[in-house]
Amino acid sequence: MTGPLLRLSGVQTHIGRYHILHGVDLEVPEGRTTVLLGRNGAGKTTTLRTIMGLWRASAGALQFGGRDITRMETPDIARLGIAYVPETMGVFTQLTVRENFLLATAGGRFDQRRLQGVFGLFPILEQKFDQTAGGLSGGQKQMLAVARAMLEPCRLMIVDEPTKGLAPSIITTLIEAFRLLADAGTTILLVEQNFHLARSVGDGVAAMDDGRVVHAGRMADLAADEALQARLLGLSLAAHQ
Amino acid sequence: MKPLSGDRPGHPAATALILLLLAALVALPFVLPGARAMGTGGRIAIFVVLAASYDILLGYTGIVSFAHTVFFAIGAYAVAIPLARGWGGWESILLGTLAGAVCAATLSAAIALLSLRVRAIFFSMVTLAAASLAQLLASQMRDVTGGEDGITFALPPALTPAFRLLAEPLFGTRVDGRMLTYYLILAVALILFLAMLRIVNSPFGRVLQAIRENAFRAEALGYRVVTYRALASGLAGGFAALAGSLFALQLRYVGPDSVLSFDIMVDILLMVVIGGMGTLFGPALGAALIVMCHTYLQLALQSMPQTVRDLPLIGPLVGPLLAPDRWLLWLGVLFVAIVYAFPAGIVGTLRQRRRA
Repeated sequence: MTGPLLRLSGVQTHIGRYHILHGVDLEVPEGRTTVLLGRNGAGKTTTLRTIMGLWRASAGALQFGGRDITRMETPDIARLGIAYVPETMGVFTQLTVRENFLLATAGGRFDQRRLQGVFGLFPILEQKFDQTAGGLSGGQKQMLAVARAMLEPCRLMIVDEPTKGLAPSIITTLIEAFRLLADAGTTILLVEQNFHLARSVGDGVAAMDDGRVVHAGRMADLAADEALQARLLGLSLAAHQ
Repeated sequence: MKPLSGDRPGHPAATALILLLLAALVALPFVLPGARAMGTGGRIAIFVVLAASYDILLGYTGIVSFAHTVFFAIGAYAVAIPLARGWGGWESILLGTLAGAVCAATLSAAIALLSLRVRAIFFSMVTLAAASLAQLLASQMRDVTGGEDGITFALPPALTPAFRLLAEPLFGTRVDGRMLTYYLILAVALILFLAMLRIVNSPFGRVLQAIRENAFRAEALGYRVVTYRALASGLAGGFAALAGSLFALQLRYVGPDSVLSFDIMVDILLMVVIGGMGTLFGPALGAALIVMCHTYLQLALQSMPQTVRDLPLIGPLVGPLLAPDRWLLWLGVLFVAIVYAFPAGIVGTLRQRRRA
């Protein structure tokens, strides 16, 4: 049996004088969608940023594809095939949709098949292709951020709360996008507070609290166990649908 | 890759102003053949390049540097020193220009690599220190730079006023070495400006703009921010040096005050801010405006009719303010008015209005 694509072992992160992650252990299996759950302030976003090297781990180890990435610079980590969609949508608002896309392509050229696939999923982006991203609505910006990560093949897609503050119709579109990516064999690590989306796309789940992973298992098991939900998250999934 | 970027000023008014500026600079020697007008025109062309090169740093990459005059000076001294020592004519100009550009680009990139990892404010302080050090070196190294007195030198005969290209005047104007120098400066400045336009509209320029907006996001896409910033600094330094070489040709003199003074750095900043950061066309307009103000505002105040000063009530109040030596005050008023009317600079604001 091969090991996980991404493995975090005892990762600790300090931001300034604040100790945010207190020893995160997390495994993300290849070809699966793993959802990271937890209340606000549990350390989910910091975990993702630490994986990307945007915050440096002060202790512990991170491995990607069997390779130690703990001390790697962010661009090198990204070039290993990790696409990151940050919480704040991560689009460049002063550039056009086309330019945002071009930044994510290798060699500044589009793979037409992938581009058409993205347009099929998010037709509005084709209509606004030459408009500045700053003029897009919040949902459209999120689509752009996710679409940009889909333009090139990646080994792991890390997405931080993609549905935060979005309308249900856009959430449905994003669910479809994540399903398509999962069907294509893309490994996804998703931070999500929306349990409907989390349960729809997640194969595995890890719950965080106070800078640690306090539970890891199958999403199906968590969805079926209301007592576990209540213990881990304080609320049942049913209440969030 | 296309040689021209295809980038446009982005608003009909901005396009009209740019075309007007270009047409005025091209026609200038035939319309106003005097030395003062040609000197102003040449200075505008040179400062268009200098301000545009600074825009690559400030407007496209978000780097605030106070050392841009250092690279301008390197280019100027690189041409002046060999010419002053009589080391050939055109060869000295060409080799000096190239050597100056390479040295300035390397130094600029090196300063950026060494100091861009720190916070923006500390980087700015490092560049301020570099500018002060360069001023000190230029003043102290008398044997090389001529110290405070600077260097005066002769140009090749074809670029001197005594040279006649055509025996007969063209459109009533003598085609002499001064006019040749002017058109040489104008042509090179135009080529350099188009080259910068090409660069900022290339994939490289797109990454710079992404870095300016959010360096973390750009890094997360796999771009090495420090490398890109250092390259942008190197390019900006190289172009500034080329502008410096042109400046030396125009003045036939290089000294610390003419190329390294902090006033020049302030002017460059104003040109970029007033014209519109991150537009390249904006700094071109800003350069024209500020050079014109420097040259003609004092004259305009001098020629203000006496009747304005003699007006009852407001005459005694306004009169002292209209004295020619108050031109800096009016320059300040003009800047405030422009910034108020065009908060994102002239071209920047016009582009925003067009998009809205």
